[in-house]
Amino acid sequence: MDGQGQGGPVLRPRRLAANLWKLGLTALIAAVALMPIYITFIVSLKGQTDLSSHWVPPKVLSLANYLWAIEIGRIFSAFLNTTVITGFSVAAVVLLSSMAAYPLARNATRLNAAVSTFILSILMVPALSLLVPLYVLLLRVHGVSTYWGIVLVHVTFNLPVSVFLYMNFIRALPRDLDEAALIDGCSIYTIFSRIILPLLRPVTVSVIIFAGVAVWNDYQFSLYFLQKPAIRVITLMISSFFAVSGTDYHIAAAAAVMAIIPITVIYVFLQRRFVKGILDSAIK
Amino acid sequence: MQRLYRKTNIMYLPVLLLFAVFVVYPFFDGIRIAFTNWNGFSRQYDYIGLANFGRLFSDPNIRMALLNTLLYGFGSTLFQQILGLAYALLLDQRFPGRTAGRTIALLPVFISAVIMGYMWYFLLQYDGALNDLALLLGGGKVLWLSDPGLAKALIISINTLQYVGYSMIIYLAGLQSIPASYLEAARLDGAGSWKCFYRITLPLLYPAIVSSVTLNLIGGLKLFDIIRALTGGGPGYTTHSLTTLLYTSYFGNQNAGYAATIGILLFCMILLVTVLTQWTARAREVQF
Repeated sequence: MDGQGQGGPVLRPRRLAANLWKLGLTALIAAVALMPIYITFIVSLKGQTDLSSHWVPPKVLSLANYLWAIEIGRIFSAFLNTTVITGFSVAAVVLLSSMAAYPLARNATRLNAAVSTFILSILMVPALSLLVPLYVLLLRVHGVSTYWGIVLVHVTFNLPVSVFLYMNFIRALPRDLDEAALIDGCSIYTIFSRIILPLLRPVTVSVIIFAGVAVWNDYQFSLYFLQKPAIRVITLMISSFFAVSGTDYHIAAAAAVMAIIPITVIYVFLQRRFVKGILDSAIK
Repeated sequence: MQRLYRKTNIMYLPVLLLFAVFVVYPFFDGIRIAFTNWNGFSRQYDYIGLANFGRLFSDPNIRMALLNTLLYGFGSTLFQQILGLAYALLLDQRFPGRTAGRTIALLPVFISAVIMGYMWYFLLQYDGALNDLALLLGGGKVLWLSDPGLAKALIISINTLQYVGYSMIIYLAGLQSIPASYLEAARLDGAGSWKCFYRITLPLLYPAIVSSVTLNLIGGLKLFDIIRALTGGGPGYTTHSLTTLLYTSYFGNQNAGYAATIGILLFCMILLVTVLTQWTARAREVQF
């Protein structure tokens, strides 16, 4: 802030003091953000008989809770279910919304303006308010506790934002691209799949992150639509630990730590893209 | 070209089909179910007219849940803006550690809210981490989640702390879009830092404020996971929001008809709040 490029010997101590202040506040922010994770981690390392403070790590390191969590919680099966559901949902969202966005961005007819408005208005519908009739619908078509049932629901409610993102992106692409390809003898569908689709990569990353995080972390839809233990996702697995009375909370803590590891690791490595994903979907 | 583009319209048909099946149809079916006394599983039910809607007005739990929903929505939104803007103002400055600060502040946003709720439970339970601190500081143990007022305050705080990074990122982007020359010019004219913030930064952040408020408000009104994890709506029905009450009415009390009616109430409320926010935002935008 003060005196860019002129940090003379007189200014330095002052700047150091200012930086220390900022660093202190930043440390506080970090501590608040990490506190629940830290406590859960400490709990996960202790045995049920260890009554020492939650803030102090145990003297003896034991991973027994993790082994129990894997066995009781069947964590790997939950991870597999979550991965399958997230993978298929995100793939379908990317495919369907990029396809839908192309005519809506390029073919500006009155009909298509109405279609865009309709799709955007779906954004305003809170999925939660439809849970009862949605559940009834899935019950009727035997889609409760199936992969395809929950995937279709996830896809539907992640589509509006994605279509919107793709639409904005395609509008900014020059039409000359399409025309040049047309002259080269491409059909309109080839133009989309060969010319446009590869150019959509930056926005596709945002869509994958946006929809992927939403589906991976989902609890509400899963709570309603996945009722068989065999198809339990990670959030349901964690909540099942707390639903049963007499559970050893230390094992539940170990399960919670394992549950947040994948997304934390991916986030730390792809931070910039996560930030871009947030901004793309937030600022309309 | 235009003629060719017309052929592409079929490309949005799958999306429209999904919306028809999973949004439009359930929407109307929900209204139909709201007129019944269906319990959610039996084949037999009766149409009972507006009885469910009448019950909405006389049910004290609904009044409580409706007030809580608004409290969670507006409460978290308010705190998220104040805190998010403060975080952004701090982490927008150049100093060692700011990148790490941003990364960590944003991390909770990507953790599942229900898991975040359970992780907080380890702090809030009677033999939990916060009571360890209370004992250390010479106080007595507190039943954090047994007092409705305290429990609601905690739900709002935890939701705020989890999603404050979201607002922070939006505000950081907003701050970075303000040309440094504006602030320099003002400073040359003798404006103090508070005046610079109030007269230049804040008005120019207006679009960011609108995005952040709208998103936080909708998120807060739909709050579900954290309530389920921390209180399950209790003690009694005191911390229920419409979303959790809807779930309890359906799966707990086996009253699908009434749950569908609560769904309609929730729908109307979120729609109303969103539209009002957008209107207010647009009306003010003209001034700048």
